[in-house]
Amino acid sequence: MKVDRTKQKNIFAAICLAPALILLAVFLLYPTIEVFRMSLYNWGGFSNNKEFVGLSNFKILWDDMKFIEAFQNSILLIVVVTLVTLVLSILFAALLTREKLKGANFFRIIFYIPNILSIVVIAGIFSAIYNPTNGLLNSVFGMLNLESLQRLWLGDQSIVIYSVAGALIWQAIGYYMVMYMSSMASIPESFYEAASLEGAGRITQFFSITLPLVWNNIRTTLTFFIISTINLSFLLIQTMTGGGPDGSTNVFLFYMYNQAYTNSVYGYGMAIGVVVFLFSFLLSAIVNAVTKRDVLQY
Amino acid sequence: MGALQKKTKDTKSVDRLYKIFIYVAMITLAISIIIPVAWVFIASIKQSSEFYGDPWAMPKGFYWKNFIDAFQEAKMGGYLLNSVLVTGMGITMLLALALPAAYVLARFEFPFRKTIRTFVRAGLFINISYIVVPIFLMLLEWDNGLRGMGGAGFFLNNRFILALVYATNALPFTIHLLSSYFETIPFDFEEAAYIDGASLFKTMTSVIIPMARPSIVTVILFNFLSFWNEYILALTLMPGTKKTLPVGLMNLMAAERAATNYGMMYAGMVIVMLPTLILYIIVQKKLTQGMTAGGIKG
Repeated sequence: MKVDRTKQKNIFAAICLAPALILLAVFLLYPTIEVFRMSLYNWGGFSNNKEFVGLSNFKILWDDMKFIEAFQNSILLIVVVTLVTLVLSILFAALLTREKLKGANFFRIIFYIPNILSIVVIAGIFSAIYNPTNGLLNSVFGMLNLESLQRLWLGDQSIVIYSVAGALIWQAIGYYMVMYMSSMASIPESFYEAASLEGAGRITQFFSITLPLVWNNIRTTLTFFIISTINLSFLLIQTMTGGGPDGSTNVFLFYMYNQAYTNSVYGYGMAIGVVVFLFSFLLSAIVNAVTKRDVLQY
Repeated sequence: MGALQKKTKDTKSVDRLYKIFIYVAMITLAISIIIPVAWVFIASIKQSSEFYGDPWAMPKGFYWKNFIDAFQEAKMGGYLLNSVLVTGMGITMLLALALPAAYVLARFEFPFRKTIRTFVRAGLFINISYIVVPIFLMLLEWDNGLRGMGGAGFFLNNRFILALVYATNALPFTIHLLSSYFETIPFDFEEAAYIDGASLFKTMTSVIIPMARPSIVTVILFNFLSFWNEYILALTLMPGTKKTLPVGLMNLMAAERAATNYGMMYAGMVIVMLPTLILYIIVQKKLTQGMTAGGIKG
């Protein structure tokens, strides 16, 4: 009877898991292995001339100026987007949690809106904002008599990457803000009361209570920042700038996709994918190690 | 005495300045979100000639033809139907696959349980942008195989397959979220059902799954947003005419920017974002709560 029940349970578990596991193997595991395998081949997309070339795709990558450009652009985006989003979302989260503001709930609802929009819509919105002749940003500068600040936001090679960063930051602030707010809300009020009895001001309270106690949450989100900036910048640039002008917004995955698709050098494209994948892991590990602090308990 | 009074007066005015500063910051960020989004709605009812003057001018009337053109000329109506079908099928399949899998992973002891859990969790780290090319190649190969046997293509340009890939891609996160919820339900319910003579399947479907309703709602909300807004898979796996809304919008944006038919382009943006905005307004509280429960976004 007992043995029967165990066997029955095992069969039931197998039936429940099998469909999900099979699909995961076919549409997630196999393609991932393929990325690594294909990176070792020279393949033009026609199944006949597939040639094993070992690591030579990676050697070509090493000297590929276009890839190096994509690398620099991606790093710049990751750093700018991470720092600005982090500072702003922590600041706004702290203000919304600590200060008894009228309409705090309204602000929270509004700030989260960009996160629910399709990245294609965001690209459309920012094209309208950055339009050089009748875009919203230039016309606001015009109204304030600040014509000297008007720019070709998407046409000037030296600033276009920051224009893209602006869209990414706009999209991300609300999401991280909500995340930090929930961990800040769990800090006991008595900590702040004790601190203010000892004469600690708001800024001291923020740096000695709020920040240390949400530090772990911030560390976790740093990894998200890296991964999501790599991913979102690809999607945004695909729809907004197409990598231009003149490669100034070329980023990791955009370059990978174009090599594999438009130029049909699949093996080379997959080698880029492997490098980006390993790079994002390495970067996350470094960030994790650097930001390690003793976790405070309360 | 006098000094003390002066001091409280000073703190009060500093306090007031501080409050003003906070509100200015909050309102600035809120405006930077509300204005561009509202502007798209307003622009969607403007006539083409109205786009050449002041971008802040109110529309002269409701120019509904933009929407009619978007639906008919730009085929956004057909794409809308495709998006509804793909999103609906994707969520249905996801729940059918993830609920049983999450349930047995959370509650049952069986061989390889730990290995399977690790395998599913590893899936969290695979980003769709990396594997979209191998998935396309795999489906293309299957189609070529079918054609070689004298059949027609089946796997590319198929809404069902796209929905299946969406569902699979969402499995690791969804199983993770549902499992953590199932783990909080006491075992007594299963024991009672067992004593009553219910089968394992019956216990799962009519006792345990209904109890997980809050987490199921979270899963549906998050995946609705990500399936509805997704475009890189839809772009790659649906190279024919059966496009989804974001891909249709991308084409519309490229075509209308060249033809300077902006009204239709903004109408297209409204068609894509309106459903998610309505959903968000209805369920915003659940969504932001669910986000902190789940922790990450795919």
